[in-house]
Amino acid sequence: MAKTLFDKVWDSHVVRSIEGGPDVFFIDRHFIHEVTSPVAFLGLESRGNSVLYPERTFATADHNTPTINQHLPVEDPLSANQLDALERNAAKHGISHWGLGDKNNGIVHVVGPENGITLPGATIVCGDSHTSTHGAFGAIAFGIGTSEVEMVLSTQCIMQPKPKKMRININGKLGLGVTPKDVALFIISKQTTSGATGYFVEYAGQVFRDMSMEGRMTVCNLSIEMGARGGMIAPDEKTFEYIKGRALAPKGDDWNKAMAYWKTLFTEENATFDIEFNYDASEIEPMITYGTNPGMGMGVTKSIPNASEVEGGVETYKKSLGYMHFNEGESMLGKKIDYVFLGSCTNGRIEDFRAFCSIVKGRRKAEHVIAWLVPGSHKVVDQIKAEGLDTIITDAGFELREPGCSACLAMNDDKVPAGKLAVSTSNRNFEGRQGPGSRTLLASPLVAAASAIEGVVTDPRTLLVG
Amino acid sequence: MAYDKFVTLKSTAYPLPIENVDTDQIIPARFLKATEREGFGDNLFRDWRYNADGTPKSDFPLNKEIYSGGKILVGGRNFGSGSSREHAAWAIYDFGLRCVISSAFADIFKNNCLNIGVLPVQVSPEFAEKLFDAIFADSKTEIEVDLPSQTVTLLTTGESEKFEINSYKKENMLNGFDDIDYLKNIETEITAFASTRPF
Ligand code: SF4
Repeated sequence: MAKTLFDKVWDSHVVRSIEGGPDVFFIDRHFIHEVTSPVAFLGLESRGNSVLYPERTFATADHNTPTINQHLPVEDPLSANQLDALERNAAKHGISHWGLGDKNNGIVHVVGPENGITLPGATIVCGDSHTSTHGAFGAIAFGIGTSEVEMVLSTQCIMQPKPKKMRININGKLGLGVTPKDVALFIISKQTTSGATGYFVEYAGQVFRDMSMEGRMTVCNLSIEMGARGGMIAPDEKTFEYIKGRALAPKGDDWNKAMAYWKTLFTEENATFDIEFNYDASEIEPMITYGTNPGMGMGVTKSIPNASEVEGGVETYKKSLGYMHFNEGESMLGKKIDYVFLGSCTNGRIEDFRAFCSIVKGRRKAEHVIAWLVPGSHKVVDQIKAEGLDTIITDAGFELREPGCSACLAMNDDKVPAGKLAVSTSNRNFEGRQGPGSRTLLASPLVAAASAIEGVVTDPRTLLVG
Repeated sequence: MAYDKFVTLKSTAYPLPIENVDTDQIIPARFLKATEREGFGDNLFRDWRYNADGTPKSDFPLNKEIYSGGKILVGGRNFGSGSSREHAAWAIYDFGLRCVISSAFADIFKNNCLNIGVLPVQVSPEFAEKLFDAIFADSKTEIEVDLPSQTVTLLTTGESEKFEINSYKKENMLNGFDDIDYLKNIETEITAFASTRPF
């Protein structure tokens, strides 16, 4: 039977199938961070188990870390405790560890690909739902819970039933000012936040072929926001080019062998999916969300749908608009904003900073806006400097911070105060996600930049033309 | 982590008829700083349960005396979406709940529950409506969840529905086993497999 990309990778990792149950699924690469791993190590040790393949696990500190003064001791004792626990556990079990200040440190889903750990055809898990990012390379990658982190540490396997298969095809060319983030927010607005529950998604079509690796990572990253287990894109020359020469990527003969295998990773002509969707690039404009889940998004020029047009859950819908202080039929354009966040594993890569700078160059930040510009890793910081983007940023009145998850989940000090409105390039606009009572509008780096300049929600196309 | 067996459960329930309840609501990120797994129950639904000054919101179901002591939570569709944090399941367990009923669950949350001994029971939207109606009509309404027969029954009316669970996970829940016990037993098979992996 003709196989999909997903079938090929999944089937080659099944150690055994359990009748009426899950597959015993082998994991090639495992990322851990300070928040979801300490309890897994406690469990491991209380059972007297050891780490089966320490060389397959990679630790980085990101969720809890400050984005200023990283050279000083971490002030919050609880955060410091988690960071210490990660370092201690890694050292004790022979796991590589990129702590605060390490040149390889950064957000787990940014540093994995940067260092050549993320490879086509691999299986990758991490105790973080946006692990789906790594699917951009043709890997099967998804988030797991802490019990599963312990499973991977002690047995390099987890127990998973094979998900169903979905393909999303988008052909055509994206218009001016339309970025990968907009493509993803568009798809999620069509699928809703639960539309792909139980599925693994393959993204196919010209739009994804044309996209850079950074863009593909942004799209795959957001797969989880429509409930999907993960998303993936078939590897191509761009993928191989990106990986080649990275620190931990295969070299020499191993590289040739890997390439021979990677070239077999595509969906065959007659392979079938449980469900398919087709969209056209021309349907997509710069997007913005207005509610409290990523599915509540719309084109930036549109107005909030009426509750009566929304399928089911009218009460929940109204609760959500109530939290945001918005009304049915309202437009987001022109709304005064208080904060802008550029960063996270969704939009914290070099391409995102380039996009942001393409708008703020030669302009000034609106006086009242507080902006956090947080690169995804030290390598991104270096690249920003190498390209001179840091000067554009400071000239426009912004400041560059040090890498980490930051306001994406606001576990550190980067919290949006209650009632304040933020345009964020991160991935979740849940109630309180960016701080208790915070109100989040998810958007692309271009929308974030335009809004930071104007001080109100702005269609970036108005600043891109002319 | 070994947990208590789950066979049958007869209990009143807390109703939470809100859709897309995400794990950031179940346990906000700022409470994820512990390095042990106990004590999360106090902050279950923190921002829905308490005002900013720490006083309880009297209209939130988990704060209502009439529901107190329930071991079941009946939630709206797409329960547990968002973050993979297992802390959400721990908080539910730590609060004293052993079962969550909804017409749809997010994948990772569902797995996390099964891994720590909280039974996620997926019912039809119609049956979920009936449960909500019955609980709102009488907070002392009892629900029985029977794992061996995979049924959930509204005891006031006797109405019952079957739910799905794969036979492997069912066996685990009935016996309080977990996946690590299983995986450790087949370690030689795993290491043999690992040696065939190209990277
Ligand atoms: S940036 Fe946000 S979504 Fe990404 S790994 Fe960090 S907390 Fe998770």
